[in-house]
Amino acid sequence: MKAAEFDYVRATSIDEVCDLLDEAGEHKIIAGGQTLVPLMAMRLARPALLIDIAEIADLRFIKVEAGELRIGAATRQVDAERSALVRERLPLLAKALRWVGHPQTRNRGTIGGSIAAADPSAEIPLVAVTIEAQAVARSKTGEATLALTDFFRGPMMTALQPDQCLTEIRFPLWPGRVGSGFHEVSARASDFALVAAAAQLALDPSGVCTRLSAALGGIGAGPMRVSAPAAALVGRRLDQAAVEQAVAFIDDEIAPEDDQHVGADYRRRVARVLLARAILEAQDEAARAA
Amino acid sequence: MSAAPQFRYIARKRRPKEDRRFITGAGHFVADIALPGMRHVALVTSPHPCARIVSIDAAAALAAPGALAVLAGDELAAATLPLMVGVDTPKVRRYPLAVGSARYAGEWVAAVVADSRARAEDAAELVAVEYEPLPFNLDPERALDPASPPVHPDHGSNILLRKQFAWGPVDEDFRRAPHSIKYRARWGRSATVPIETFGVLAQWDPGLAILDVWASIQMPKYPDQIARALKLPGNAVRVHFDVDVGGSYGVKRGIKHTVLVGYLARKLGCPVRLIEDRLENMQGGDMHGPDRIFDVELAYDGDGMVRSMRMRALDDAGAYTGRAPLQLGKPIGAIVGPYHIGSVAYEAISVTTNKTVQEAVRGFGQGPTNFALETGIDKIARRLGLDRNEIRRRNFIRHDEFPYRIPSGSEYDSGDFHTVQQKTLSLARWPALVAKCDRLRAAGGLAGIGLAGCLEPSGGNSAFEPLLNDKNDTTTWMEAVRLRVDGLGAVTVVISTSSAGQGHETLAATVAGEVLEREPDDIRVVRADSLTALPSNSPVGSRMAIMLGGATAEAARRLKAKLLAIAAHNLGVAAERLAYDGGSVTVRDAPERCLSWDRLVHIAHRNFHLLPPGLEPGLEVSHTMQVPTGGALPTADERVQMYPCYSFEFHVALLTIDRGTGKPHIHDYFIGHDCGTVINPDIVRGMTMGGIAHGIGAALYELFQFDGQGQLVSQSFMDYLLPSAHEIPHIEMVEHHTPSPHTAFGQKGSGEAGYLGAPAVIASAVNDALAPLGLAIDALPIRIRDIEAALAGRGETTP
Amino acid sequence: MKRAEVTIAINGLVRRGTVEPRTTLVDFLRDELRLTGTHTGCEHGVCGACSVLLDGEPVRSCLMFAVQADRHQITTVEGLAPGPGELSILQDAFWETHAMQCGFCTSGMLIAGHALLQRTLDPSRDDIVEAIGGNLCRCTGYQQIIEAIELAGRRLRAANAPENASEAGAAP
Repeated sequence: MKAAEFDYVRATSIDEVCDLLDEAGEHKIIAGGQTLVPLMAMRLARPALLIDIAEIADLRFIKVEAGELRIGAATRQVDAERSALVRERLPLLAKALRWVGHPQTRNRGTIGGSIAAADPSAEIPLVAVTIEAQAVARSKTGEATLALTDFFRGPMMTALQPDQCLTEIRFPLWPGRVGSGFHEVSARASDFALVAAAAQLALDPSGVCTRLSAALGGIGAGPMRVSAPAAALVGRRLDQAAVEQAVAFIDDEIAPEDDQHVGADYRRRVARVLLARAILEAQDEAARAA
Repeated sequence: MSAAPQFRYIARKRRPKEDRRFITGAGHFVADIALPGMRHVALVTSPHPCARIVSIDAAAALAAPGALAVLAGDELAAATLPLMVGVDTPKVRRYPLAVGSARYAGEWVAAVVADSRARAEDAAELVAVEYEPLPFNLDPERALDPASPPVHPDHGSNILLRKQFAWGPVDEDFRRAPHSIKYRARWGRSATVPIETFGVLAQWDPGLAILDVWASIQMPKYPDQIARALKLPGNAVRVHFDVDVGGSYGVKRGIKHTVLVGYLARKLGCPVRLIEDRLENMQGGDMHGPDRIFDVELAYDGDGMVRSMRMRALDDAGAYTGRAPLQLGKPIGAIVGPYHIGSVAYEAISVTTNKTVQEAVRGFGQGPTNFALETGIDKIARRLGLDRNEIRRRNFIRHDEFPYRIPSGSEYDSGDFHTVQQKTLSLARWPALVAKCDRLRAAGGLAGIGLAGCLEPSGGNSAFEPLLNDKNDTTTWMEAVRLRVDGLGAVTVVISTSSAGQGHETLAATVAGEVLEREPDDIRVVRADSLTALPSNSPVGSRMAIMLGGATAEAARRLKAKLLAIAAHNLGVAAERLAYDGGSVTVRDAPERCLSWDRLVHIAHRNFHLLPPGLEPGLEVSHTMQVPTGGALPTADERVQMYPCYSFEFHVALLTIDRGTGKPHIHDYFIGHDCGTVINPDIVRGMTMGGIAHGIGAALYELFQFDGQGQLVSQSFMDYLLPSAHEIPHIEMVEHHTPSPHTAFGQKGSGEAGYLGAPAVIASAVNDALAPLGLAIDALPIRIRDIEAALAGRGETTP
Repeated sequence: MKRAEVTIAINGLVRRGTVEPRTTLVDFLRDELRLTGTHTGCEHGVCGACSVLLDGEPVRSCLMFAVQADRHQITTVEGLAPGPGELSILQDAFWETHAMQCGFCTSGMLIAGHALLQRTLDPSRDDIVEAIGGNLCRCTGYQQIIEAIELAGRRLRAANAPENASEAGAAP
């Protein structure tokens, strides 16, 4: 399984990347390569030019700015996993990262890379969609801010244009008593999710839910927000019965399909199960928060 | 159990010799070998499950940079003989490359040779093959229908083998029994899937007229079959057995790869290497395993005693014969398992479909058969409200009944199934385990305990070949060793097989050291090549502890006798008055009269004038050993002694199921293992735990899944799920040692340990968890989707 | 297609080569530099037999092109021993517990274990499983590998213990 021939350039700046992307030809950006290289080994991806952005310092950072946790697109997953800032300010991402591949793949794989690869059951895109994160993309013509809720167009397909490079992912930070939950079922511990559920909620001082975001992975072409839980649960105190009832309504919003791994019915049923668990975990965490 | 006191080295902890090279990355695997001028092969494969090959256009491929040659099936078939088959199916001809038609998706249609593997793949993409798709069949039950599209029209049907056996008064036993149960158990298609794929390198020396072959091989008669297929004399093929094999557990019999590469090496006049990539391996390497439907009926009485069994085993061999049909025959040697079942009717059916071909898989059919039988034992217990340990206790053959002859003719040599069961239950702290399971259930969970008691026939004796094929008269099943003490007194053992991690070097050195009373770490073990080798039938059927151990022990005994003869002659006393201790010999009642090891060695090598008359100079002994209890053809009523020694394993496992997702989790796992005398405890423990991991894979994760279009959808490691350390629980093991009367030290084989019982215990645990809901799953692998669907069907899924 | 010059520090020595960009790091190590201790089992990043240390952290060398490793540091299994003919404590522990059979996954397991012990000398069983969870083994069932890493951790902790502790009997 040797890749088809290609040319390679190690870019040293974002401007250089944009210039290269502006030229004609089949080019692909590589950062960690954990998704791309297997595709190239199987000759399912055959770029003529590989643009390596892994060492552009301007693309590797984790900071809080303007009420957002901002992560450079070429930041390694392991660095986000080890970051105190991520653990403290965005626990939902910290939880999800533990499910992403293996320690060895997290040593190379990047936050932006996972977003750009758009595997329908990937964890980082699911988190991004849950809390309505945004991505910044640069091209020769300028910079664009993209809503990630409208970014994942299908399996391995995104709204990114061929001349654009992701530079930054911006995760909004919620104030107040916030809790999150992330649950996934996979065949083996490190496999891609068959179904995944993410939830984040906020409680007021009396314990009433004031805000709730929920999303599912593995139930369609990409990660998908579901609105039924918020509609049913915002404005009240959550308990197990209320949550289970609320998640039953997601059926109307999702249209999973059969594939070689599991059937549509499995995804439908298990989505409810995992989402309830995620919401209840978020509730517990928020209740314990100061 | 601590080491038996009567052994000096056997049964004691010893660091295996082989490990030293692997921990420094100094293993010698086939892909590590680079010969000058070596060229590389990539394969062009069929996208269709069945299609006539209309034309192959290699022009663009040959023009690609670095491309040297493109070989297609017609040329290869004209120059070689078809690959050998164990059963009588002469019209099912198999060559390394498809001839006329491709018969499964992934079958090798053309081979491209280039100066690098990457460029061979580039050129392979440019080979233009025109196909005419033909009707295909993927369903083994449909294959029984004469109207199903024949995979091999010349053969006339899709049935490769259909044979019925009846041992004992089955119909009468069923009539007399108060109860019977009928069920179907399905063993899904999985295999051993070693981490190293198959690879082979061949080089033809025209001056010597020798084809040198290096391969990741575990195969009896490999050099013979290469020579035969390539129409070379037997002594024109030199297989180098000193290649480390990165795991095999049965499947690495790449004879089609080797014939292909051998032909190319001769034709092109350069060394040629094929290292399967993972996709080639999974789809077209022809290393799939049993794919079997068991229909079983058991006759039993109110006490749970099983009186008789009818078993039909229908196996989907894939598109060519391979070893699949014979894998229906080996289990005949343990067809009643560890139980007093008095009569058996067994029907073995092997059919062709348009799928990848099977190869020999660890246990050669015993694992699936054990699973089918244990499934029935649990079902009977459940029906009678009988404890599942108790039903086994009642049905187990007793310790004092050995040797015990089973209806199909094999004699079990020894065993103590009750004690192994008891020791395992003690290890598992059975009452506490049951209490733990009850607590989990009381808290609303799905929890179950699995039990399985299974045999591991060992010793390898392919009596199933003449049993399933009248034209096969093979009764020789041997192993040989050459033992040498050199002029400086160092001991070397020469073995004639490759190894895939079974610890043969340590085994041979330990046994030689035991008999000669010399330190095993100082004993070197080397491998001959096939031209200098003594007869060997390879490490299959868990045979090496018995056969390599036995041959080494006998050679060492004869070498020791030589030393004693030299001593007797030089000390002027009769041999009975001599004592041998650590390699030196003294006169018993006059210990000052002594000849040291070094002195004896010197006399043997240099002092012909001091040798007893008739003794050959030097200290070298070769011994070829036939398998104990083997050597006879089946009787007229189709009974035969199969393997000589029967190891036994008893498994206990506690498993829970997540009600919401259907995902199983193994909490606790215990095994009691009896393979007689254990020569190296760490080696046996390792193989047993590895076998359990492998069995957990077959039970819960691994499946070669084909879609409706005959495409193998699980063709990479992303979709064929090998268990990682996350999926394998901590395993506790207790040993028991019931020696075999047939072997030098009482040792039995154990290379298949764990795998032969683990799938049965996992299924047993899942079904114990589901039984309160009235659910059962009798098809492996039991995947998350299967459990969840069963629960959902009962309205049982809850968050 | 242009070939590229790479300069990579491997096991402490600077090595140079000229490669096609599509040559993976594992193929460069094995075929160009003849460091055949690192193995390929799948070439799509699942089995972990190709694990090496990149700047001290374990990665799959089949998922990197050699050009991506230019000007970085690589440690392979051949670089784990303290000197020629010697064994590291982890390598010796693997031998002591028989943490291998066929040896094909062993290099990757050693790399994963080595990296773990660089971060902590007292890993829990869960820590070890997480560290080797991306390295598949078909022979051992993992138990003796886990025991080897535990044993190496104990020995390294004892080796690092202050002198008076060893008088109190904290021998390896």
